[in-house]
Amino acid sequence: MTDRMEKAPFPETRLIASGLTLRRGDRLLVEGLDFDLANGQALIVTGPNGTGKSTLLRGLAGFLPPARGRVRGIFAGEEERGAGALAHYLGHVEGSKPALTARENLHFWQSMLALPGLGSGLSPDEALTQLGVPQVAGLPVAYLSAGQKRRVGLARLLIAPRPIWILDEPLTALDAAGQDLLNAMLRDHLAAGGLIVAATHAPLAIAARQLSLGSREVAA
Amino acid sequence: MTPAPLSALFLREIRAARRIGGGGTMGVVFFLILVTIVPFAIGPDLNLLSRIGPAILWIAALLATLLGLDRLFQADHEDGSLDLMLTGDTPLELIVLVKCLAHWTVTGLPLVVAAPLFGLMLALEPEALFGVTISLLAGTPALGMLGAIGAALTVTLRRGGLLMAILVLPLAIPVLIFGVSAAGAANSATTPFMTPFLILCALSLATLAAAPFAVAAALRHMSE
Amino acid sequence: MLKYANPTFFLGLAGRLLPWLAGATALTLAIGMWGAFFYAPADYQQGQTVRIMYIHVPSAWLAMFCYATMAASALGTLVWRHPLADAAQKAAAPIGAVFTFVCLVTGSLWGKPMWGTWWVWDARLTSVLVLFVIYLGLIALWQTIEDSSRAARAAAILTLVGVINLPIIKFSVDWWNTLHQPASVFRMDGPTIAPSMLWPLLVMGIAFTLLFTTLHVMSTRNEILRRRLRRLAIQAAAGEAQARPAHRLSTSESAP
Repeated sequence: MTDRMEKAPFPETRLIASGLTLRRGDRLLVEGLDFDLANGQALIVTGPNGTGKSTLLRGLAGFLPPARGRVRGIFAGEEERGAGALAHYLGHVEGSKPALTARENLHFWQSMLALPGLGSGLSPDEALTQLGVPQVAGLPVAYLSAGQKRRVGLARLLIAPRPIWILDEPLTALDAAGQDLLNAMLRDHLAAGGLIVAATHAPLAIAARQLSLGSREVAA
Repeated sequence: MTPAPLSALFLREIRAARRIGGGGTMGVVFFLILVTIVPFAIGPDLNLLSRIGPAILWIAALLATLLGLDRLFQADHEDGSLDLMLTGDTPLELIVLVKCLAHWTVTGLPLVVAAPLFGLMLALEPEALFGVTISLLAGTPALGMLGAIGAALTVTLRRGGLLMAILVLPLAIPVLIFGVSAAGAANSATTPFMTPFLILCALSLATLAAAPFAVAAALRHMSE
Repeated sequence: MLKYANPTFFLGLAGRLLPWLAGATALTLAIGMWGAFFYAPADYQQGQTVRIMYIHVPSAWLAMFCYATMAASALGTLVWRHPLADAAQKAAAPIGAVFTFVCLVTGSLWGKPMWGTWWVWDARLTSVLVLFVIYLGLIALWQTIEDSSRAARAAAILTLVGVINLPIIKFSVDWWNTLHQPASVFRMDGPTIAPSMLWPLLVMGIAFTLLFTTLHVMSTRNEILRRRLRRLAIQAAAGEAQARPAHRLSTSESAP
């Protein structure tokens, strides 16, 4: 598996949160968070439901502007407009159009998400092969099972190289073989100098810093 | 930023529209039904129909355009595409513009093509047929862009179609006024054709230039 | 400036200002009413019906003034994301709709003796009708979107789109009206208005503006309190004695 990934290592990249405070509706979910991730480092976010894991990831990807503080992405020594422009975001839904085939979907995201200077990643068919679902390439995504859809979503991470991966519950819907594939993918990405922020309930088989979210208990 | 992402987006939109519900045919069928029910409401008097025909066609086109728009951004919001587009290099304003152009090609253009045919059923004179068609060609882009604002504001709502119509129809009044005036003026000696027609073109161009900013702002805020 | 925009400060200020505002409103309204009903003469053509003007014209003025207030609050919502601007925006919409409605109803009542019919598609009246529909759309948008801060931003964008669009609508309705000019249009811009009719009108204008300000401050205050209640209810539901989030970041890397 590792030998299939022949991409050049990523240039110096950092993902920095400083004093990051995020609000969702009326609720303050993250307050004053600081961290600094560099090449090859991963951060795993854990915590009970409703403590703001998804909110934090959406904040890091730039979908949710911080109430205070900021998120910075530094790429090859240059400050990007936000970390989102350097990142692959994988949320609860994969961003595939049901009417289009897996290959068509991946081709579209390849042209949409390619970062200049990082070359092209795998072709859609290669990426699907690597994720163990080469047979779905020509099928409309609407016909696929949840696990297959998830694998098509993960294939997106391989077709357009981006240094930061922001993954929200990446293990969802994956079987044991799929989870092994994902863990191998994550390790390859880190080995190539990539950065990972993942929110998860189930453990991921990578060396990572841990961030646990939760309400501070104050006696009533 | 290269044009490649935008042409890829245009192709994706056209493909997805063609495979779901046959793209523009549903809008044209709705257009036909609206034109069909009007004579039942006001009677089959051909003189009357030919007099108000341009107005009927315009109102039918307005409703057909609007009702097809509610899924314009909602599908992308639900399947997560909208989030991913935000992480791309392409400005959301351009993405919005290309999506609207693709949508117009699939749904607006067929209405324009069908208009002269349906105009014959309303006993329109050849000049009026020409007037309606050319005014719809000039005016439907403005309707689409205004509708896109409504579609973006209601993107998170499950049943946003009715609310969207309430929000957008008042904004579409100027387009309707100048569209119907231009259409009706084509076969009348007393009213000018060029004045309303040029204002209609101006409205379309102005919405094409300005609406993507409102739509993109709405999408950013709504998809937080 | 930001100090005044703090919701808590606003609540205190509103509490102190409201009695004065309400008093001033009642006083000017009384003077204006007296002027309109007893001091001002009946019109030599329109008779007593001209007195509708003292309600109709200030309502039309407030219909537009209220929209301007909403547009200013909308900027506050979008640019500074300020919760007070959200509340002010939401509070203004129903008040503006009511003034617009009063303007339409009085216009219709005035139209019956003047035009012989309850409604005429006169350019001015039609534009106000469109404004009324836009108000209703904004209220519908507020009521439909669950999350109040998201609703505020949607309404703000629509309000600002309306600011650009309203002059275009006005222009196109005027144009449309000259195209379909009905025979018996009553024109307001006849002879200049007599001073004895002008000053009650101006006083009524001031009284309506004060009335709007009072209602708006009260309504904004209610909206802020409603949000606080809602937040407390949510916290109670979550069983949180205190809603401060916390996080713990490990300094070292843990092996898998």
